Amino acid sequence: MRLVITILLLLAITTAGARIIVTGKGQPVKTLKEAVALAKDGDTILLKNGIYKEGNILITRSVILLGESNTILDGDNKTELITISGRNITIKKIQFQNAGYSALNDFASIKVIDASNILLEQNTISNSYFAIHISNTSYCSIRNNKISGNPTSEQLTGNGIHLWKSSHALIENNYVSGHRDGIYFEFVTESTIRNNRSENNIRYGLHFMFSHSDHYINNTFKKNGAGVAVMYSKKVIMTGNHFEENWGPSAYGILLKEISDGTISNNTFLKNTVGIYMEGSSRMEIQKNAFKNNGWAMKVQASCDDNNIHHNNFNGNSFDIATNGTMMLNKFFNNYWDKYEGYDINKDGIGDVPYHPVSMYAMIVEQNPTTLILMRSFMVSILDKAEKAIPSLTPENLRDDKPMMKPNAL
Amino acid sequence: MLKLSRYVLYDILRSKVVLAYTLFLFIVSFSLFQLEENDSKAILSLLTIVLIVVPLISMIFTTIHYYNSYEFIELMLSQPLSRTRILLSEYAGVALSLLSAFFIGIGIPVLFFAFDGTGLALLFTGGALTLVFISIAFLASVKARDKARGIGAALLLWFYFALIYDGLVLLILFAFSDYPMEKFTLLLSALNPIDLGRIFIMLKMDISALMGYTGALYKDFFGSGTGVFFTLGIMLLWITLPLLWAIRVFKRKDL
Amino acid sequence: MIRIENLKKKFKKLQALDDINAFFNQGQVISLIGPNGSGKTTLIKCILGMVRADSGSIHVNGKQINGDPSYRSQIGYMPQIGRYPDNMKVGQLFRMLKNIRKMPETELDTDLLVKFNLVSIFDKPMRTLSGGTRQKVSAALAFYFNPAILILDEPTAGLDPLSSEILKEKIMQEKQKNKLILITSHILSDLDELTTDVMYLQEGKMIFYKELSVLKKETNEEKLGKAIASIMKGGKREALWIDEVLALKETVKTN
Repeated sequence: MRLVITILLLLAITTAGARIIVTGKGQPVKTLKEAVALAKDGDTILLKNGIYKEGNILITRSVILLGESNTILDGDNKTELITISGRNITIKKIQFQNAGYSALNDFASIKVIDASNILLEQNTISNSYFAIHISNTSYCSIRNNKISGNPTSEQLTGNGIHLWKSSHALIENNYVSGHRDGIYFEFVTESTIRNNRSENNIRYGLHFMFSHSDHYINNTFKKNGAGVAVMYSKKVIMTGNHFEENWGPSAYGILLKEISDGTISNNTFLKNTVGIYMEGSSRMEIQKNAFKNNGWAMKVQASCDDNNIHHNNFNGNSFDIATNGTMMLNKFFNNYWDKYEGYDINKDGIGDVPYHPVSMYAMIVEQNPTTLILMRSFMVSILDKAEKAIPSLTPENLRDDKPMMKPNAL
Repeated sequence: MLKLSRYVLYDILRSKVVLAYTLFLFIVSFSLFQLEENDSKAILSLLTIVLIVVPLISMIFTTIHYYNSYEFIELMLSQPLSRTRILLSEYAGVALSLLSAFFIGIGIPVLFFAFDGTGLALLFTGGALTLVFISIAFLASVKARDKARGIGAALLLWFYFALIYDGLVLLILFAFSDYPMEKFTLLLSALNPIDLGRIFIMLKMDISALMGYTGALYKDFFGSGTGVFFTLGIMLLWITLPLLWAIRVFKRKDL
Repeated sequence: MIRIENLKKKFKKLQALDDINAFFNQGQVISLIGPNGSGKTTLIKCILGMVRADSGSIHVNGKQINGDPSYRSQIGYMPQIGRYPDNMKVGQLFRMLKNIRKMPETELDTDLLVKFNLVSIFDKPMRTLSGGTRQKVSAALAFYFNPAILILDEPTAGLDPLSSEILKEKIMQEKQKNKLILITSHILSDLDELTTDVMYLQEGKMIFYKELSVLKKETNEEKLGKAIASIMKGGKREALWIDEVLALKETVKTN
């Protein structure tokens, strides 16, 4: 009985304490600044429709900042808009625009510093330097935001969603475009990036550095200047993502640099200049991915070792695999290669002769890129055929001993 | 002129070679689309046919036709007809029959199975190469003294454009690999109609690879409006210049 | 009608025509005679525009022949060896030429067509015809368009005696119509009754060009062959043709 009374009392106190501060023109509280000053932990600030130009506002208490259908915070290209530092803070349904630019500081629409349990939801951010800038946090969720920038140059544009030194973050269902990097992770661990769409960013759709044990799942990265880069990280799991039309002299579906013990599975690589570029990577499981119509499906540099590349489908790529040396310490097996011309006498679905996915011409182009102009010429196909008969330039042990006759079910 | 071409065309159709050529192209392309699990592989094989077989057949057929029509040409020369008109009629007749063979044999299957940018580029290139190599073959035939030399010259020219030229380009690119050769290779590509056609198709087929490295330059150039006009213009030059030269030689020739 | 001035033509080392000057007028039947390789056919081909002269000029009806092929509509040409497209049918050949010359049906001269009974083989392809029949076709074609100038290269060679007579008769008729007829022949006796003038070529040079009556008077010979033989007796000769040898023998005997 006493327990019940205590609970009821507690409920009464909390509900009584949690006020809703309605803010806006013609309301008791006129400005956001006043509202924030008034608010106590647990309060909700309901910001009515309208344009608010109040400079940067610091939120440290555990409040919910809630916008209406047309609540706009405008920085006049001079200031940041909201800075958060604290616990249990939510920003929802606010439209941020015109946050300023600074050559010295990373100006952002929403900046989160030293915080935990932060939720940024259903916001729209346009024309800012950085959109969401998060550092030194844990348990931050960034969901359903729409972020778009006006890209000018790499220097004058910040990242869409920027995380530094954080853990347990969840980035979900966001749309990011027109920034330097769509999503940026540095020293971020045990976090998840899910169902986001990152496109038309100047540099990377997703940029990952020194960030271990993260997952990214079912995201789409399209037409970013350089695709996706995952560098100096361990135990990263990349599944079900879609990498499309990342075109350019140094654009990759995924760039892997000094990566180990991760998994890349069930992803689709469509029409990228290079599907996966691997350098200094070890012990990766690359399986069940579809590589279709890429310039190079994979470039595996000789510095990679102990990677398993299996049960992938290679279709309509200009080059399947390219490499820069004759050493090959990775295993290729059970992949489907559309260029495979072998036979299967025992009908077990596995070709009876090995497939060499690196063509002579791929090696030539690697040495002298200008020769790309000769692609698909009669002479190149004769060279490739000759090399197949008497291998001399291509790495002999880069081969798939068990190539599939039919595409793998992915 | 069309009046004369009608007789040329009639003569060609009677020989049934063109019919066999049409059928060959049709059966090959149709079965490629049927047998391959994806159409892009079939297009790839068709690419070889368009770049290698079509020029070869166009050259050989035209040369043989020219020598077989020698009597017809002689007969026409004693009539009130100008030599230009006679040669152009021959050209029109051959071009019309080989073009129809190509568009029926490869065009119809492509329209059915792969009606997209790559397919259309393939058809454009095939058609243009047919006309270019008929022109070149007429030039070779008019210049050569007899049938054997004519066919020999045609074969050599085909071999040069289809294979040797690219080998030379490769040698040059490696010999001067320390220099920026991208612009120069653009120029080189214009000097061989087969290369030009190949790059035109590649822009549709291997767009992703072309976006890498120096390829981006090729893509920027050929993909732009100027590039398309450049390709069209150069192809047109490759059709008209050998033909005009052939007419010049034919006009001064003693028959 | 035809004026030839300083005409020269060289094939490699062979001087085929060496400074030929002549004037052919209507009503004349000119026998162009000379041994093999003396330049008769070359001269004819020059007039027809099939061979380009190195220097000199040819005027037909006062107009120099120079690219414009329209003058050939006034010429009927019967080649030495008639070569025609193999697949073309006889009827088709006549229809095609009718089509090219655009002459109304009523003005066509179908005389030989009827006399040689060519209509009966109208649906036979040219390649199935014998040499003689081809000659008939060639002859019929030459006269078909009722041209003002007839050029007949060895017209009776290969024809059977009956057809030969028909052709000669036809030539006579045309002569009556005041046409210009140019005939080359080895067999001099053939030309006796037709010829009004004789032009003699040797090694590309015109040895003489005279009226037959003058020639006969000068040599006191009734037969053309004998007349020529007699005129040539003194001169340096390298080749004789059979009529000449026979004629020479006869003159020796009578003397």
